[in-house]
Amino acid sequence: MTLTYYLVLAAILFTIGAVGVLVRRNAIVVFMCVELMLNSVNLTLVTFARATGTLDGQIMAFFVMVVAAAEVVVGLAIIMSIYRTRRSASVDDANLLKY
Amino acid sequence: MPDTVPATGLLAWSWLLIALPAAGAVVLLIGGRRTDRWGHLLGCATVVASFVLGLAATLQLAGLDSRSVSWNGYTFIKVGHLDVPFGILFDPLSAAFVLLITGVGSLIHIYSIGYMAHDPGRRRFFAYLNLFVAAMLLLVLGSNYVMLYVGWEGVGLASYLLIAFWYTRPAAATAAKKAFIMNRVGDVGLALAIFLMFAQLGTTSYAGVFGGVGTLAGGTVTAMGLLLLLGACGKSGQFPLQAWLPDAMEGPTPVSALIHAATMVTAGVYLIARSAPIYDQTPTARTVVLAVGALTLLIGAIAGCAYDDIKKVLAYSTVSQIGYMFLAVGLGPAGYVAGLAHLFGHGFFKAGLFLGAGSVMHAMNDEVNMRRFGGLWRRLPITFATFGLGYLALIGFPLLTGYWTKDAIVEATFDRGDWLGYALGAAAILGAGLTAFYMTRLMLMTFFGRPRWEEGVHPHEAPPVMTVPMVVLAVGSVTAGFLLVQAFPLDEWMAPVFGRPEEASHVVAPLSIGIALFVVMALGIVAAVLFVGRREVPVTAPARVSPVVRAARNGLYADTVNESVFMRPGQWLTRALVFFDNRGVDGAVNGMAATLGGSSSRLGRTQTGFVRTYALGMLGGAVLVAGALLAVTAG
Repeated sequence: MTLTYYLVLAAILFTIGAVGVLVRRNAIVVFMCVELMLNSVNLTLVTFARATGTLDGQIMAFFVMVVAAAEVVVGLAIIMSIYRTRRSASVDDANLLKY
Repeated sequence: MPDTVPATGLLAWSWLLIALPAAGAVVLLIGGRRTDRWGHLLGCATVVASFVLGLAATLQLAGLDSRSVSWNGYTFIKVGHLDVPFGILFDPLSAAFVLLITGVGSLIHIYSIGYMAHDPGRRRFFAYLNLFVAAMLLLVLGSNYVMLYVGWEGVGLASYLLIAFWYTRPAAATAAKKAFIMNRVGDVGLALAIFLMFAQLGTTSYAGVFGGVGTLAGGTVTAMGLLLLLGACGKSGQFPLQAWLPDAMEGPTPVSALIHAATMVTAGVYLIARSAPIYDQTPTARTVVLAVGALTLLIGAIAGCAYDDIKKVLAYSTVSQIGYMFLAVGLGPAGYVAGLAHLFGHGFFKAGLFLGAGSVMHAMNDEVNMRRFGGLWRRLPITFATFGLGYLALIGFPLLTGYWTKDAIVEATFDRGDWLGYALGAAAILGAGLTAFYMTRLMLMTFFGRPRWEEGVHPHEAPPVMTVPMVVLAVGSVTAGFLLVQAFPLDEWMAPVFGRPEEASHVVAPLSIGIALFVVMALGIVAAVLFVGRREVPVTAPARVSPVVRAARNGLYADTVNESVFMRPGQWLTRALVFFDNRGVDGAVNGMAATLGGSSSRLGRTQTGFVRTYALGMLGGAVLVAGALLAVTAG
């Protein structure tokens, strides 16, 4: 069945996203990688919804999209604010909140 | 115990016996300096009034069929099953003590007017004396052990206050603390005995305890008897708690006469005599009482031979004589009356001796060293005569008080009939010889020989307010023994308390005991005359003496033993506890706080502020959780 292909694709996308979050310094790229992970999860949810013939997974995917949209608004605003004060979008430069 | 009837007539007012001196003490202590001018008169008046009332009450008691009268005032303590009334038991035993306490007490109060005339604290002195008389009367009149305990602590407090009366003297303050602390050791025993009574019998009244003691297990009764004995030893200066009594002589001499010779120190004898039904059940405890008495009478007599301080010699003599009383009451029914007769006789002649010693000190500018006396009989004729009669009464000169009472004790001891009776009787006879020796030594050094006075001392006879009580006590010293043993037999009077002992079958003929006592007394006197009277008494004590004399001069090392056995280990224990507290308890608490603080500040280092590190942590955690889920579902 094709179910496996979808899941493998979702896993690949999630892995790319996770690695991107861990290795990239640019806040915008990190942000996009987070979106990639969220959407890979959406793909899984939709795949299982399709396989089981229920709507639960699709509804969950909508919720994720709504939350992701809200998150983009807040996250981009924070990144803009940091860039304006520090002239840098590197996540490693914003390290003042520590011990 | 005979049936006890409620108090009627004058006996219903017997609480006034306690209330009068207590009121005197309160007035004098609260009134302060305002009462300075007439305080001593009030102090005497309350005690004399108590004496008159006690005499009238005793006469009424003698006329009753049932000579045991109880009066219940109010509920003192009522908690759960514990019900302690403020009650008075007026029976022949307490009546006799009331007469001794208030009678000798009145004489000593009157004497104190003269003795303390020039002391700025005379009013305070009389307040404390009244407090003592009130507490002592409560002790002997209470109808239960809790009342007795209240009085017991009261006399301990009064004794402390009076020993430390001249509290600016370091020696007096130290002696008072020593007396108080050593008394506490005994008091713990008495308190535990009362707890045991309440736990086992649910009551502390004499009637309840004596009625129920027969149902208890033998071990419990023995424990009770031994705990009571510990209390008695503390108060009466008996082995092993005898060391405080000689030091208590730091107080004014009337205090030594009243509290530390005639009355308070005999409270232990009263306690054991009162608890006779308990000791009747436990021969073991009774044998311990015997041993304590015999040992103490020898310790006191040996130590008394070596001291140069006139009051300390008399104090060790008191220790020794109370040893005789313990020996007697330890014999059981055969000895109670003999011990009490000796107690009352001793109250007269020892109070008289102390008042005489006070008179000598009064004449000699408060000198107590007998090596500085000598030849005083010519200057102090009345003191010499009264002191001499007390001396003869104490050593048991025929037909004087000590002869009657001490003979009775020694006879009763031999009448036990076993080897213990012979051993203890021999100890008592030996003690009588030593008594004769140290008292003759005291007489010779004080009143005879060449005067060895300090420069500028002009001995003079005391005023009549002091000599009259001494004369009265001297008359008592001469006659008390005859009155108590022959004229108005004490055993008849005490029969309602102790029962009537069957006529003892004498193991050793009384005549041979009397002869033996007379011979050792004569030997003691002759030895004292040879060693002290025939030679010049050096003004300073010889330093090169035998180990025996050195031991006796140190009170047979009682202080050293107490110090090394109790005080030093106690100090070590407290030091070990302080060390354990600082290092152990504090260390554990502080160590735990330091560990938590240190590890949390080290853990804080992981908060680096790098977002990607946190992300790695989250991923690792998620992988772990997923792995765990997989492992659970697959396995």
